[in-house]
Amino acid sequence: MPKKNSMQIQFSSNSLNESFARVAVAAFISQLDPTVEELYDIKMAVSEAVTNSIIHGYENEETGEICINCAYEDEVVNIEIIDHGKGIPNIEEAMTALYTTSGDEERAGLGFTVMQSMMDEVEVFSEVGHGTTIRMKKSLGV
Amino acid sequence: MSIDFTMVDRTLLVTLEGEIDHHTCVEIRQTVDREYQKRRAKNLLFDFANINFMDSSGIGMLMGRYRSVAICGGEIGLYNVSPEAWRILSLSGIHKLMKTYSSKQEAIEALA
Repeated sequence: MPKKNSMQIQFSSNSLNESFARVAVAAFISQLDPTVEELYDIKMAVSEAVTNSIIHGYENEETGEICINCAYEDEVVNIEIIDHGKGIPNIEEAMTALYTTSGDEERAGLGFTVMQSMMDEVEVFSEVGHGTTIRMKKSLGV
Repeated sequence: MSIDFTMVDRTLLVTLEGEIDHHTCVEIRQTVDREYQKRRAKNLLFDFANINFMDSSGIGMLMGRYRSVAICGGEIGLYNVSPEAWRILSLSGIHKLMKTYSSKQEAIEALA
């Protein structure tokens, strides 16, 4: 029997929820009995994506909504982080290491670099004025 | 997030407990900068023993502290860094700007 499961969560774009989001996803993924390192990788990637939505998508306004769809089939985990914020005008530029648009905040500009290092695949879909979806994939036990 | 401070000569030791992300970085930044100025410290040392999570927000926070400590002619260092935290430190390249020590004693002696 293939292992197959999915879950969705939705929460406000409050920075307190960065911790909630990565812990919730980690709790769900724990059903697959991942290694400590795999779980840490996934938490990092989720944390970076949610932080991007809060800081850039919603510009630190706490009234936005962020949705996470998470599913696995056998050992392959798919995670989608969706916001309806302002979107990314130039995805390629945004994904460049050390690139950041945060002027006043101390940001390293490493969000996408971390996501790409922690996960096997990272895809970004964005429309200015409509929002951003980040789709990430990781195979466990590789 | 709990943040404790100890002063050894002109080195401010910061013991962090909890998770370092965008949310907790705000408090860490404000509290550490305030203590660093108030105590007229020169060097800054972070005890990472009880950090159980850090993402790239922590790198931004460390880079910011590196700048202010460098302006004051001091050095910044980390000790008791877990293998998980080390991965993002090396990924960011920030480990080239600040030394990591295996113990508090070693860190204090190096900066004395």
